Amino acid sequence: MADLALTLNVNGTSHTVRVHPLARLLDILREDLELTGTKEGCGEGECGACSILMNGQVVNSCLIPAAQAQGAEIITVEGLAEGAKLSPLQAAFLTHNAAQCGFCTPGMLIAAQDLLNRCPNPDESQVRDGLSGNLCRCTGYVKILDAVKVAAQEGSPR
Amino acid sequence: MRSYLPDFDLQVPDSLGNALALLTQGPRQYRPFAGGTDLMVLLNAGLLPAARFLDLSRCQELRGIQETSTHLSFGALTTFTELRDCKAVHQHFPNLVKSARLTGALAIQNRGTLGGNIANASPAADTPPSLLAYGTEVELISLRGTRCVAYEAFHQGYKKMDLAPDELLHRIIIPKPLGRTFHFYRKVGTRQAQAISKICLAACARIENGTVAEFRVGLGAVAPVPARAWNAEAVILGKPLEALPIEEAQLALLADISPIDDIRSSAHYRRVVSQKVLGQMLRELSQSSF
Repeated sequence: MADLALTLNVNGTSHTVRVHPLARLLDILREDLELTGTKEGCGEGECGACSILMNGQVVNSCLIPAAQAQGAEIITVEGLAEGAKLSPLQAAFLTHNAAQCGFCTPGMLIAAQDLLNRCPNPDESQVRDGLSGNLCRCTGYVKILDAVKVAAQEGSPR
Repeated sequence: MRSYLPDFDLQVPDSLGNALALLTQGPRQYRPFAGGTDLMVLLNAGLLPAARFLDLSRCQELRGIQETSTHLSFGALTTFTELRDCKAVHQHFPNLVKSARLTGALAIQNRGTLGGNIANASPAADTPPSLLAYGTEVELISLRGTRCVAYEAFHQGYKKMDLAPDELLHRIIIPKPLGRTFHFYRKVGTRQAQAISKICLAACARIENGTVAEFRVGLGAVAPVPARAWNAEAVILGKPLEALPIEEAQLALLADISPIDDIRSSAHYRRVVSQKVLGQMLRELSQSSF
């Protein structure tokens, strides 16, 4: 069948790519747009490594078909920093050693950013709920939770 | 192994009317595609048979929650997040909020839909027990017109539904519970987020003069379809709160369920835990202050 001309705004830049309407948004970001910060873990919406913000909501990009991303505003992990300046969340992850192998980190940062956008002063249970869809196979969850809480206390939405 | 995409077709109609018209076109029937949180998993795993799909996401007629004095009506594309965020759902259907909150995690809840949860027809889905407990009706639509079906009669067998090939699930309509009501929802899974239920149970009871005047219990993952606990309900109906025959209801429940051994649990575990969760619910009901 005919490919789809998919237009997306990713991290503030508009792109148009020709893809199959059922192509995964994850593959479009990584392969067509060469934004490899977003990772593939399980490929079934279980691990959260492929989390991105789509129209302001956290989603698993491995479960989004191209057709449902038409015209969407996307933020990937590459869109969190401003140039060389890390976002407060990224800086807190760095100072609290919240990345071990680092594979879950882009998804964790996106899910945490989504949480702070919705809920700037989360309590412990809200942080856990906000990150409950993201798995860390190094199991370094405590440092990740600490980093998110510190970033929230330092209180800048982004 | 991933699916070979050129074998698949996806049409994106821009209105419900166009979607329904496409559903009448053979020879290979279109399959509806809503939030994608089930179908994309199968596609990614290479387990989805090649087919023509109909993406419903542009059909605005399938969105939105409408409230009347007696009912709440949910468009089939209502997401789990919209259920979690709707004040009227919190007020009238707390079990539905809990089941939405326990489905996947936030990223799934932002995409997955109530209609998809029903029409995917998994017996382990988490909102159907709540829908059964609240006496839900589903409205189906085709170019031939609309019809309403009691949700308890909608699932006819494993993945078999009272849904013609040219019909779509249009709205999910739930009557607001009247009077003094008791609500209970519990999901048992391996962890809080992302787990598929080993069993889940939802109940709603209306209390009048200290007795159980109306009572519905829905269960998930213990039968080929989301199951009403008809036998257990009959034992409790009409009984005074201070003397609920809990053990008798637990025994009766065994005639309502037919669990199996599978990757997530065993039939034995599901029977025992279903009875225990029923017991927990009935003790809470008996101790509720009305």
